[in-house]
Amino acid sequence: MATAEHKHPNYMAIFWYLAILTVVEIGVIYLPIGKFTIGVLLCALALGKAVLVAMYFMHLKFETRTLGMVAVTPLVIATLLVFLLLPDGFAVVKRTVGVKAATTETAPAKH
Amino acid sequence: MSHVASMHGAVEPAESPLTPESWGKLGMWIFLAGDAVGFGTLLAGYGAMRATSGDWPVPFDVLGINLTAAMTFLLICSSVTMVKALEWLGKGDRTRARVLLFLTALGGAIFVSLQAYEWTHLIHRGLHINGNPWGASLFGTSFFLVTGFHGLHVTGGVIYLLAMMMVVKRRPVPAASYNAVEIAGLYWHFVDLVWIMVFTFMYLL
Repeated sequence: MATAEHKHPNYMAIFWYLAILTVVEIGVIYLPIGKFTIGVLLCALALGKAVLVAMYFMHLKFETRTLGMVAVTPLVIATLLVFLLLPDGFAVVKRTVGVKAATTETAPAKH
Repeated sequence: MSHVASMHGAVEPAESPLTPESWGKLGMWIFLAGDAVGFGTLLAGYGAMRATSGDWPVPFDVLGINLTAAMTFLLICSSVTMVKALEWLGKGDRTRARVLLFLTALGGAIFVSLQAYEWTHLIHRGLHINGNPWGASLFGTSFFLVTGFHGLHVTGGVIYLLAMMMVVKRRPVPAASYNAVEIAGLYWHFVDLVWIMVFTFMYLL
């Protein structure tokens, strides 16, 4: 068969989920909770929206496993990248703290 | 050919063998995976620069999110018109499919126009690629780099969608253009997906 047609899911429901999640995201930044908690919540909400788009709009839910693996690969690489960058981040923070301690706030360190 | 197909079937009985239609889809997915690594690297680089900077401005205060939230909503809407275009094409209605493809492209064009408006506004307020009045100069660099890279993707997507309208028009049998439109849809939804990430990491966080 020329067009391997799968069933079309209820796109309007996905649209409303995405719209509501966007409103929730904007609401979250005004919540009187810690910045870290807000960050975690925002990341989770964004990931949820991305999964909705990939699964239903991009039909990943109805595709073969091969395509799913192609789609997941960049996610794995991105996660590795975060861990690769972490030591660098901490090293710079430590160095900056060291400089600040040495100068004891006589001259503000310029970045 | 049939030999290869039967071999494939023997190796992976659970998977359907690759068809000429699915090659195109696989090709687009591989391209998008590469593109995702590109965007992922940009965002990870943004995170690393921001985490190690002492005077990074609060994006939320500097950029404002009202317009960007509307732009996010616009892209989500254009994703819906895209899937609807494919759905109608599957039902054999080429005219409706073309109208919906046009609306999708229009959504993308409005998005890029709003981004141009936003950039102009921010540049006038002093946000430049090599400095800004609020703090770390890399803030402007990364902002223009990431949103610009995404804006170029949207621009390319608009051209792609207009080309798909022509494809649907020229092929009298709706099923003949179904696969091509579905692949174009993959690209368009990916651009939407990336914006969800950019909006979260560069505006809200």
